[in-house]
Amino acid sequence: MGYSLQLTLPELILSGASLILLMITAFAGDRSGRLVTWLAVLAFVVAGFVIPGVTDVGATAFDGLFIADSFAAFSKILIYVSAAAAMLGAMGWFGRDRDYRAEYPVLILLSAIGMGMMVSAGDLLTLYVGLELQSLAAYVLASFQRRDNRSAEAGLKYFVLGALASGILLYGVSLLYGFTGTTLFAGIAQGLSEGVSTGELFGIVFVLAGIAFKVSAVPFHMWTPDVYEGAPTPVTAFFASAPKVAAMAMLARVCVEAMGPATFEWRQIVIFMALASTILGGVAAIGQANIKRLLAYSSINNVGFALIGLAAGTQAGIASVLFYMAVYVVMTLGSFFVVMKMRDEAGQPVETIASLSGLSRTRPGLALAMALFMFSLAGIPPLLGFWPKFFVFEAAVQADLTWLAAVGIATSVIGAYYYIKIVKIMYFDDPAPAYERSGFGVESALILLSALFVSPLGYFLIGPLSQVSQNAAGALF
Amino acid sequence: MIQTFVFYLFATLVIASAAMTIVARNPVHSVLWLILAFFNGAGLMLLLGAEFIALLLIIVYVGAVAVLFLFVVMMLDVDFAALRAGFARYLPFGTLLALVLLAEIIFAIAAWNIGGIDNGVRAAPTDTSIPNIQALGTILFTRYLFIFEAAGLVLLVAMIGAIVLTHRVRSGTRPQNVSQQIRRRPQDATRNVDQPSGQGVQL
Repeated sequence: MGYSLQLTLPELILSGASLILLMITAFAGDRSGRLVTWLAVLAFVVAGFVIPGVTDVGATAFDGLFIADSFAAFSKILIYVSAAAAMLGAMGWFGRDRDYRAEYPVLILLSAIGMGMMVSAGDLLTLYVGLELQSLAAYVLASFQRRDNRSAEAGLKYFVLGALASGILLYGVSLLYGFTGTTLFAGIAQGLSEGVSTGELFGIVFVLAGIAFKVSAVPFHMWTPDVYEGAPTPVTAFFASAPKVAAMAMLARVCVEAMGPATFEWRQIVIFMALASTILGGVAAIGQANIKRLLAYSSINNVGFALIGLAAGTQAGIASVLFYMAVYVVMTLGSFFVVMKMRDEAGQPVETIASLSGLSRTRPGLALAMALFMFSLAGIPPLLGFWPKFFVFEAAVQADLTWLAAVGIATSVIGAYYYIKIVKIMYFDDPAPAYERSGFGVESALILLSALFVSPLGYFLIGPLSQVSQNAAGALF
Repeated sequence: MIQTFVFYLFATLVIASAAMTIVARNPVHSVLWLILAFFNGAGLMLLLGAEFIALLLIIVYVGAVAVLFLFVVMMLDVDFAALRAGFARYLPFGTLLALVLLAEIIFAIAAWNIGGIDNGVRAAPTDTSIPNIQALGTILFTRYLFIFEAAGLVLLVAMIGAIVLTHRVRSGTRPQNVSQQIRRRPQDATRNVDQPSGQGVQL
């Protein structure tokens, strides 16, 4: 028991911190918002430092329910960093309208506990409870601005569709449990290794469908544009980063550890989702007029590319998925931080792409940062965004999926069209009314950091990052 | 012998009260008949040795679902006469649903006759010598302790969420000030007056 508790130390610290911070918010009220946010960031830092498995080999806790290996460690660090960044960005955004409430960081902390459980799951039950913890906090966050009808609508939509997806996932879990006799990943793999029965196949399909909803892969993506558009911008930034990493890592672990012997079966599903997501994410984004909707389709598109790496099913493939998610999170967070800066003269948030026109003349720094993120998302070589795509396609080619890589490259060209269109609007169109000036705050610092990360300076990170992601992926095989 | 008798008692009562649920004219009576049906169903589960499911049936269905039904029936102004008016119109659709249900029951019995599911690699084999409530409790608080605690966090999130989304500070209310009430002493609030008769009271 003591050893098990030691392995779950990050989750324990975050749970304890969320309870203490909840007490602070309950007694000190909303004026403690800033203090609670910084304390929550501190909790993330502490939890990040005590993650086991960074140095020692992976170990299981609670009879295999919880796995603390380097794969989980990599994903957790990514989750904690992006959750903390999304939280810091939110502080200034909400604070302007004086509707920042101190429960916001507490809910993100609780959501991060769920995400940690998702990536560390060694059992379908851990996976499900972690997923529910993450999602339930996310539903509340989506409708956090109660007075805004769009926010309430986004929360309700997300809740109803998320509950449906949970139902589908649970149905798959019950089928897998019924036909293999266990919910442990290792036991399921053992059951599947004797040949995949029809019942087990149905279980695999339903589990994958439920998880596909969480990573918003086509054909389970319908909620994404609406929820991303309606939710407050910092919440959207959070949705597009940490939960995506958690769901993607969870999907990779389920595919490899639980369904490893059924690789032939799940690979077809993953390939279909990858193709559909890259194509739809690329084509549907072209006509969008709202920057948040555009970034929602961009995230669908990016998930499709990461799924190409997963379809390879090899260690190199999983490593490329992790590398992809690490770079994707920074690019997406950076673009959303820029969107958070978009406020008209009266201080009201604006979200239309048209309002970006001529940004290079009114706010050259902001325009440069946005252009960097857009070029990087499009995968233009001098920037860091090129490398994850490269690794993903390389893994696919090595796994004899050359045609899949070819289709992926073709769709990334479609995607490049709308990313570069934004750059064109910012640099060559007549200036729209300028945005409101704001001082250099936490948001600007975060934009600067992410811009530096995706800029050619990020090249220094490629070596260590690919090394670490290789190690992490090795834990699954 | 006594088991057979009790089984037939419960089984007859389940069917009778289920029929009464449908036939009863007053919707409140319908819900009460439904509760009786749940209780008898729980009795049947007890006979099968599934006391956990029996208690669950009472706690969840009677304690929560049926009471919720009662609230809905009593609070909402539903015109049940109007609802029943379309009986002939919905009869074909209802018959179809009934046939689907019948087919499912036949399939289920056929599948059950083929044999049970092979649980060879089951993680926690059931010990038949201990009652199943005890078995569930033991496994829940040892092997699945981690998930049990995490489920507690899920409920905490639900609580926080409900408060965050609905709580608002109203102005113009007169809330109870507990500390002020406690600080108040008898000598501040009362006084003894030697009241002469025939004179007015000074307040």
